[in-house]
Amino acid sequence: MALRKEHEIHKRRSGLNKGVGILLAAFVVLIMALTMVKVTSASFKFPDAQSSGEQGEQN
Amino acid sequence: MSDASINASRAYEDEASFGDYFALLKPRVMSLVVFTALVGLLAAPVSVHPVVGFCAILFIAIGGGASGALNMWWDADIDKVMKRTKSRPIPAGKVEAGEALAFGLALSGLSVIMLALAANVFAGAFLAFTIFFYVVVYTMWLKRATPQNIVIGGAAGAFPPVIGWIAATGTMSVEPWLMFLLTFMWTPPHFWALALFMRSDYDDAGVPMLTVTHGRRATRIHILAYTVLLAVLAVGTAFSGIGGPIYLAVAVVLNALFLHGAWKITRRDEDDSEADNFKVERSFFKLSLLYLFLHFGAILAEALLKPYGLGGW
Repeated sequence: MALRKEHEIHKRRSGLNKGVGILLAAFVVLIMALTMVKVTSASFKFPDAQSSGEQGEQN
Repeated sequence: MSDASINASRAYEDEASFGDYFALLKPRVMSLVVFTALVGLLAAPVSVHPVVGFCAILFIAIGGGASGALNMWWDADIDKVMKRTKSRPIPAGKVEAGEALAFGLALSGLSVIMLALAANVFAGAFLAFTIFFYVVVYTMWLKRATPQNIVIGGAAGAFPPVIGWIAATGTMSVEPWLMFLLTFMWTPPHFWALALFMRSDYDDAGVPMLTVTHGRRATRIHILAYTVLLAVLAVGTAFSGIGGPIYLAVAVVLNALFLHGAWKITRRDEDDSEADNFKVERSFFKLSLLYLFLHFGAILAEALLKPYGLGGW
């Protein structure tokens, strides 16, 4: 059975849903920030597989 | 109002909120994990990018919280008996035991993988070992089997600064293990003091706490013995790579107070304690909270002052 647009469960679980939503959004931002830091660090280099793949295409 | 609607509204009142899931992570224990792991990370002799450092501490904290949820899942039967724990989400009927298990396992996997990606694989593996140690070795196996349960549980709680150090350096050395030993040796006197004035809780739950199995006199002697060993270790740490004059001053003062407290506990008998409602034991327990916080705070201060030529020897 489909829930009505404003079903009572939406109100009841509003706090939980908002909390989970905020956490997921924060997780996405965190992963993005971490990725930026990793790929812009001096020690970062692309995996060897990519360069060997490029060589394969040239051959 | 019909019976069905009354029952439904009661069921809704028992429904888990966001806070109940957060409570499964044992936030107070998690704050200790965050603080000691942060000290381990910052005391390491390498600089860590703030974002990487933040992620490392966050995932160590989540791993610690996940092991807390798994601990609550396993201990749900004794938690509902003890006054101190019967309001936890599972015994209170807010969260099902199976939900806590799934929540704990999911967060364990997430934290270990994310720490390995954010910091290094060694740190992730060590976090996995810590969760395993706390949940399987301590909670499932030894907590209900030996009166030395607190000593073993203390080891699990002492790992975070080691993980923080490994997250920063990718390697192991003596200094993080000194921080480990500080928490490890501190845990027994801290918990046994609590057990002295919360005895009926552990009696009711059938947990073989030292006060129950060996008696209260033996527990008081054990507190003094561990406090003496702890004092030697804590003051000795001042002369290691993470120590310095600030730490030495803090350690000397706090260990003198702690030894004095342990000595007073040993000299008291049960009549003295009952007469003043365990005043000395309670103040020793409060001092123990300050003791650990200030020792790690001093290590942190030494580490933060080093770049300015002030910290360390």
